[in-house]
Amino acid sequence: MCSSRPAAAFAIPADGRALTTDSIVRLSHVERSFGAVRALAGVDLDVVAGECLGLVGHNGAGKSTLMQILAGTLQPGSGSLVVHGRDLTAAYSVGVAQANGVRCVFQELSLCPNLSVAENARILHPSIRGFGWRRRAGALIVGKLDEIFPGHGITAGDIVGDLSLGRRQMVEIARAFSVSDGRLDLVILDEPTSSLDSIVSAQLLAFVRRFISAGGSVILISHLLNEILSTADRVVVMRDGRVVDARPAAAHSHGSLVAAMGSVAVEEKHGAGGASKRGSGTPIVEIRPERQRDSRRLTVHRGEIVGLAGLAGHGQTATLRAIFRAARGGSNAVQGSVAFVAGDRQTDGVFPLWSIAENAIISSGARLARFGVINRAGEAALAAAWKQKIGIRTPDLANPILSLSGGNQQKVLFARALGSEAEIVLMDDPMRGVDIGTKQEVYAIVKAEAERGRSFVWYTTELDELKHCDHVYVFRSGAVVADLSRAELTEEKVLQSSFEIAEAS
Amino acid sequence: MTRFVSPRVIRALLPALSMAVLLVAIFVIQPRAMSYFGLNLMLNLALPIAFATMAQLCVITVNDLDLSIGSFVSFCACVGATFLNDTPLLGVAVLVGCVGVYAAVGALIHLRNLPSIVVTLGMSFVWLGCSVLLLPTPGGTAPAWLIAIVKFKTPLIPFAILASIALALIVHAGLMKSAAGAVLRGSGGNPQAIARAGWSLLRTKVTMFALAGCFGVLAGLSLVGMTTSADANIALRYTLLSIAGVILGGGEFVGGRVSPIGAVLGALTLALAGSLLSFMQISPDWQIGAQGAILIVVLALRTLVNRAEARAA
Repeated sequence: MCSSRPAAAFAIPADGRALTTDSIVRLSHVERSFGAVRALAGVDLDVVAGECLGLVGHNGAGKSTLMQILAGTLQPGSGSLVVHGRDLTAAYSVGVAQANGVRCVFQELSLCPNLSVAENARILHPSIRGFGWRRRAGALIVGKLDEIFPGHGITAGDIVGDLSLGRRQMVEIARAFSVSDGRLDLVILDEPTSSLDSIVSAQLLAFVRRFISAGGSVILISHLLNEILSTADRVVVMRDGRVVDARPAAAHSHGSLVAAMGSVAVEEKHGAGGASKRGSGTPIVEIRPERQRDSRRLTVHRGEIVGLAGLAGHGQTATLRAIFRAARGGSNAVQGSVAFVAGDRQTDGVFPLWSIAENAIISSGARLARFGVINRAGEAALAAAWKQKIGIRTPDLANPILSLSGGNQQKVLFARALGSEAEIVLMDDPMRGVDIGTKQEVYAIVKAEAERGRSFVWYTTELDELKHCDHVYVFRSGAVVADLSRAELTEEKVLQSSFEIAEAS
Repeated sequence: MTRFVSPRVIRALLPALSMAVLLVAIFVIQPRAMSYFGLNLMLNLALPIAFATMAQLCVITVNDLDLSIGSFVSFCACVGATFLNDTPLLGVAVLVGCVGVYAAVGALIHLRNLPSIVVTLGMSFVWLGCSVLLLPTPGGTAPAWLIAIVKFKTPLIPFAILASIALALIVHAGLMKSAAGAVLRGSGGNPQAIARAGWSLLRTKVTMFALAGCFGVLAGLSLVGMTTSADANIALRYTLLSIAGVILGGGEFVGGRVSPIGAVLGALTLALAGSLLSFMQISPDWQIGAQGAILIVVLALRTLVNRAEARAA
């Protein structure tokens, strides 16, 4: 896969294997699927004693799934897992992982907010018990905090829920590195610095190097490529559930890492004929993201498909909500009515006990009603029309919505938004967990509706989907950092803006 | 930590403060209540409520709610007035079996991922039905030893108060101070974190439900010892009283934030509220509404404290 790169002259195969056999953990052909989504498509990975392994990749590349498997919180679908030379695939669990010295700091925090710092330390160390346990647990965790983050200002009695996010992260990291009676060989740090400031991050990375030189191993996952390049000994790049590149960190630059993460080949441009709709007429949406410091604004014109890109959780959904609120509140930032297609079907989207037809027409019910009474015939006709139009695969629209596959449920949500009279459709990463065939159908519908004058604001975590957009805004830390027309759009540009390395390459 | 008294301390003191205000009001209106006999009279029914509140606290600790505790306490009282008196061995076996059923309900809720409100609402009818089968009409007799324990006259301070203090301290030690208690509360605060640290969530849930069953049995027995006979509806209002007691005592419905000492104070406060309203010569028709008003005032105060805390953070 990376045969054409000059750096591949290093005699390290591109499947994540190190040359030495002194491995702590060895994963072979690990696969894992969630429904129709293949999160891991056969991963091989070795971690040897005394190395810091950097792991990078775009959202959804499978990094977190892989780490959950290593930590024992997820079982691999297939493949084998060898720890300290013993094959533990069958019996692997959190307890086994810990007994073998493998710990993980998860991306979303794993502390109990209602407990104190010392009590949280005790949760991870069952051996601390009996009289005086609180004092011993407190001494253990505060000692570790002192070692990693001098001047941290946390005491053992503090309730975790009262601490700032950064301090919680510090407690969690210190807890992962604390040792009571068991062994500790490998610590997985999944985005450890995401809520730490630069000074504390530097303290952590310095500690990681000390831990490595003392013979321990660390897997460091980060979107900040500087951290990876300065701290890791070896960098493994994942994409689409596979390891696509593994090289010593010294052989990498920012540019080569970004190139390895995204597909380098310039893909053929979609809809090259479509002229920009900008420049003509006034925008129907003009909004400034809440945390935007400069004067940059997000604008949407009639009939335009606008993409919101960037790493997950950098303010895209918040911006969609702000547009929705502005439209509902009658603000003049948004001209026209809006409809929302939720990404999280289960919690925000479907009414699980209702039929397909009822789910599809709930947004249009009021328009069809006569004197406040539901117009059943009108609704049935509308639902049937949309079933035809976007191909919901069901024998009967009166069936419950949960009888449909995930992709078809998502189509119903699209039908709901498109069936309303909304001029602007907001989409919150709606294609999560939708198979490729359904995606293509929905893309076509979106395109057709845009040509008829509807506007779409589309947040997506999939780079491929951005190619369907007329205009793309890249978000970082709650603000727009890049504003790309379709002609300017490349994966590398989006990645670079997302990762804040504009000058480096 | 801060220059002022921290909101967290105020919040912890709120249950004690509200009870003190209530007591002072009672003593002002009716000075004769300020005596061994007066306190005993006002608080003799507080002990069963305190036990029921503690049972509810165990369930709320793991983010569930028990809507069956009232009818369960009634059932235990009925068992106490029948089997326990006539055939003590069978009576003990039935009560132990009840605790087992509670543990099984906890396991069911965890394993099938069911909403506890639905399961315990269903169970409340099961317990009620069993009580009616056992005692179709009010009656039965509590065992003499049970009456003797509950009506035991301790010197200086009434038994109900001493027992409530002991209950609060024992549960505080077990749940708030012990290493195992940290895990139990943690499973309410962040179940995933507890599971990721290698603990069994099934075990914590079953433990807490079994404890709730134990406290429910104690509530039923102390109640029947006090009243000497039982009926199927004797404790139905305990369901809401126990929830109110936990919340009044500083607990929260989710997140594993509970306070056993506060909960006992909350239960005593609710018991005293009835006395205060009687002393104020408010007709019993209005008492339930007035009790609700007291609850709303205290909770509003707590919300104010929480807001102050949020602003300070």
